[in-house]
Amino acid sequence: MRLFDLRLIIAFLFGLYGVVLVVVGLGFTSDDDLKKAEGVNINLWAGIAMVVLSAAFAAWATLRPQFADKDKQPLKEL
Amino acid sequence: MSVLAGADLRLDAGPIDYALLVIYFAVVLGIGVMARRSVSSSLDFLLSGRSLPAWVTGLAFISANLGALELMGMTANGAQYGMATVHYYWIGAIPAMVFLGLVMMPFYYGSKVRSVPEFMRRRFGKPAHLVNAISFAVVQILIAGINLFALAVIIDALLGWPLPVSIVVAALVVLAYTTLGGLSAAIYNEVLQFFVIVAALAPITILGLIKVGGWQGLVDKVTDKEQLSAWPATELTGIDNPVWSVVGLVFGLGFVLSFGYWTTNFAEVQRAMSAKSMSAAKRTPIIGSYPKALIPAVIVIPGIIAAVIVPEMAQLKSGDTSSGVVYNNVLPLLMRDLLPNGILGVAITGLLASFMAGVAANVSSFNTVFTYDLWQDYIKKDRPDEYYLRVGRLATVGACVLAIGTAFIAAALGGSNIMDYIQALFSFFNAPLFATFILGMFWKRMTPTAGWVGLLAGTFTAIFIYAISEPSFGIKWLELPGQGASFLGAGLAFAVDIVLSVLVSLVTRPKPDSELGGLVYSLTPKEDRSHSTTGEDAGWYRSPALLGGGVLALTAVLYIVFG
Repeated sequence: MRLFDLRLIIAFLFGLYGVVLVVVGLGFTSDDDLKKAEGVNINLWAGIAMVVLSAAFAAWATLRPQFADKDKQPLKEL
Repeated sequence: MSVLAGADLRLDAGPIDYALLVIYFAVVLGIGVMARRSVSSSLDFLLSGRSLPAWVTGLAFISANLGALELMGMTANGAQYGMATVHYYWIGAIPAMVFLGLVMMPFYYGSKVRSVPEFMRRRFGKPAHLVNAISFAVVQILIAGINLFALAVIIDALLGWPLPVSIVVAALVVLAYTTLGGLSAAIYNEVLQFFVIVAALAPITILGLIKVGGWQGLVDKVTDKEQLSAWPATELTGIDNPVWSVVGLVFGLGFVLSFGYWTTNFAEVQRAMSAKSMSAAKRTPIIGSYPKALIPAVIVIPGIIAAVIVPEMAQLKSGDTSSGVVYNNVLPLLMRDLLPNGILGVAITGLLASFMAGVAANVSSFNTVFTYDLWQDYIKKDRPDEYYLRVGRLATVGACVLAIGTAFIAAALGGSNIMDYIQALFSFFNAPLFATFILGMFWKRMTPTAGWVGLLAGTFTAIFIYAISEPSFGIKWLELPGQGASFLGAGLAFAVDIVLSVLVSLVTRPKPDSELGGLVYSLTPKEDRSHSTTGEDAGWYRSPALLGGGVLALTAVLYIVFG
């Protein structure tokens, strides 16, 4: 049984979340939002952290492919 | 789980928050659809074809346990009891997880059984097997229902959806991906969920710490200084004498309750059984134990912070219940007070994801036990594998429908107390199970009769202690508030099981040695218990013993620094 690579799904979801949060953090943060979060632009920082996480998983999946040793054909799903 | 009382917890969720929620559920369902392509046998569907890498099964192992009751309950304990809550994570989980990996996994994985009850059947024969398989199946359905109900209560409080709608919608989502992709879909989603939960809890913790003035600020502002140290946890155990409180913690929580839960609960062990090699199976609970040791930082700490910075919580802690807030409200209140739209959506997603993954873990372990241990063993034997794959899928549908039923029963019963009882009861049913397993794995003389007699006697002991100590039952022969009663009940159940099993074994006939290979320590050749150290199992950092020693050392350091 061969499954698709979960690391790419994690990279995809957090990449998307990260970009959305960075955009919200940079472009759509009101003073009220900042006040609520103790003056920290939490959307921006959390977004950056998620983009980093996403990049880390993408890099891991690229450097150590799932079926490299047994099967020359990578899965086509993603 | 207590109902969220009359407090207004409605979150100000905006379009962006809903968008993040929708994206998540699209990915969850997508995983189900993609996992379906790799399912071609019942073993693929019910046990992921024993093909998953250790980091995946390890994170799923911990995620399956991060359900509704865990997340709400432990933040609540943090607010109520303070630092002592870490015992549930450290002494109450880490040693048992390491023990499961190093000592018990060789028998579970090495004997190629497909479930914990199946191990029971091969070691002790049918009576013990039937007791174990049926009680496990019933419990999983009940707990799935409780999880669904808890989920619906949260959705109602946070977003204002009516209970029946959220119960059915949540059950359908779980049903969709587990029927399609089976255990693989459930496990993949559990791993994804783990990261989303951390992404939800970390910002809450960080903002909370900033608001309270950093670690020092928190230490200064907690009024009851005893709550800043984990020992002797007299409030948590309900045992006034500090020495006995520590004994209760170490023996009751650290030994019987936690070993019982982590080493025999198939919903957990199943994750390790789906690993791709003996080495990966041994590493599964040990890899899971690292996040388990560290996650109190984003669960217990926010609870303690909430008791300081959330006005209603501080009020409740000083004994004023007029706001209608209960301790279980900690997380929603922190989200309301600290998170702006955007990250709020991630936090809501994390909460809902955690609840659904709890249901999925119940359902995916139920269908395996139902298919292999009940249907195949007792109803229709010797059919082709496609038949059992179909039974597995139908069992999944049945489990979801039944869970919707138990969720509505929970709702009709008012939700709160009755379900608390059921939870507590199950938590110490595991203690006799552990006693039977551990004796059976290391003493080949233990007989099949001793297997079921010990199990039943232990379970009745637990029920008896519970009945005479639970205040609302009115018997009150034993008065132990807090967790003391369940520690005692589990401890006695364990002892009764061991003593009776030994006595009964001495007067009944054991199984011949030839039937016990791979199931009992002395009859399993060392190479069958060992794992390979080549290929994808090579490297010192993949050594289960080294990883296990590492997490025990980490836990000791955590206790020294924060205990």
